[in-house]
Amino acid sequence: MGRKIVIPGQFLSDDEKYAGMGTYVKNGKVYSLLYGILNDKNKLTVVPFSGKYIPSRRDLIIGTVILITPSNWIFEIGSPYDGLLHVSEYPRRVESSKMRSIMDVGDSAILRIKDVNTNMKVELTLRERGLGPINDGRIIEIMPMKVPRVIGHSGSMISMLTKETNCEIFIGQNGRIWIKGKDGDMDDLAKAIDLIVRESHVPGLTEKVFQFLENRRDVERELEPDGSLENELDAQTVDKNEEMPDETSRKIDMLLDTADD
Amino acid sequence: MSNKPEKFIDENGLRLDGRRVDEMRPMTMEIGVLSRADGSCYLEWGKNKVLAGVFGPRELHPRRMQRANVALIRYRYNMAAFSVEDRARPGPNRRSTEISKVSSEAFTPVIMTELYPSAVIDVLAEVLQADAGTRTAAINAATIALAEAGIPMKSLIAACAIGKVDGQLVVDLNKDEDNYGEADLPIAFTQDGDITLLQMDGNLTQDELKEAIGMAQKACEQIFELQREVLLNRFGKPDEIEQLAEETEPEPEVEFDEETTDEEVASELQEDEEEAPSEEDIPEEENDDDVDEELGGEKDEQ
Repeated sequence: MGRKIVIPGQFLSDDEKYAGMGTYVKNGKVYSLLYGILNDKNKLTVVPFSGKYIPSRRDLIIGTVILITPSNWIFEIGSPYDGLLHVSEYPRRVESSKMRSIMDVGDSAILRIKDVNTNMKVELTLRERGLGPINDGRIIEIMPMKVPRVIGHSGSMISMLTKETNCEIFIGQNGRIWIKGKDGDMDDLAKAIDLIVRESHVPGLTEKVFQFLENRRDVERELEPDGSLENELDAQTVDKNEEMPDETSRKIDMLLDTADD
Repeated sequence: MSNKPEKFIDENGLRLDGRRVDEMRPMTMEIGVLSRADGSCYLEWGKNKVLAGVFGPRELHPRRMQRANVALIRYRYNMAAFSVEDRARPGPNRRSTEISKVSSEAFTPVIMTELYPSAVIDVLAEVLQADAGTRTAAINAATIALAEAGIPMKSLIAACAIGKVDGQLVVDLNKDEDNYGEADLPIAFTQDGDITLLQMDGNLTQDELKEAIGMAQKACEQIFELQREVLLNRFGKPDEIEQLAEETEPEPEVEFDEETTDEEVASELQEDEEEAPSEEDIPEEENDDDVDEELGGEKDEQ
């Protein structure tokens, strides 16, 4: 029968061995803890419709500096708990007095959560390839629950978005998305992400977002007819070649969607 | 001054507003009315109009209020100055402070506060129009707002007041019954029938109290039904929900995929400047395998 909406306290099962994330056991019976969608593939899990990001070890996130102490940058990471980045976790040695010139209050960075202790003290690190301050592009904020939707099945959505908009995309687990590309492309991408968040429950979402981006590009082409016809044809053929792996991933997506029924 | 009616219940057994003794006032709820709150609910219950908003879990200031192991539930019950006939003096007073405290305690047993140590969950209940039973109305609205905010709760909470007028127990008092009645007994229940709030104003015998609790539980069953309806129909009627069931995938395996995807993306950032190291191939291969497995599995099912 698949998945359905459940509410807190709703009875789910008589067998406590099915209890998964978002459920609790009372007197050997399983009940829901959250308002969200029930997923009963292996165990019973409830995925909430909303909620705050709760930091967990090894997550990649995007944070913003809110305070600088003599030895720490303190980051706001979209959760009830702030993150601490010790100067020793910066890739180079940094003098306490130079901290501001590297990252000042209001700057953002892509960070890895090194550790979270029981008091929810969040330790961050930048000592890893791919991490570092963000100096260009834009940051979009979405609900952390929607992150899997923007990534898609095995990354199908994110690879389609990257191809279609020619933007670089990084999705933090805390629901912050960093994008970089041409201004127009970033506008399109931002709108596409907005569409994903709003219609995340619609089947065949990747296809729909693909169509949305296609349409937008058509509109843009009509608006600026300066590119010669040949160039356009060339661009289209190139596009088609590039789309091949993309097409496959979308097919996979649709297959998965139908299989879910 | 006294506008006390001569009789609260007429010869047909009907009350001043035409209700039977065990009949609640009509209740309507609307979910997600505040765009900047994490969860919100607007509730009308007879002439009561209540707006509840939930913010958090978020960082708690002042820090001395923080609890090292659990989240604090900071419930603020407030009556708008215009909510009653004679302007209410704005700001907290003895009555609203008390109601805030007991309402917070009504939710504490069901909210999984241990998941958010030292944080706070702010519940703001604003009474826009009052006509007796505002604390119970606020609790009913707050439950919906908490659920919408994605706060883990073991149960919903419903609350209803039982009163005594003309020597007879009645459900859900209105203003006159509250002002001139003999007793007022607001009770809040979990879905299991556990009581999380019970206050009493006036006098009841032991037997009456037992009967009143039974009546309140019946009324709360009706409220649970309404709350369930509001939550389940939020995205459309049940037949459309089948479609909605397509949503969300995060199982452990898929989450693993996402992680590796993220790593890939993160490393992409640097790819322009640096050469891709060989480790990077490993997660990619794993990814492909997973796709094949998943596909194979799904096909078998079909």
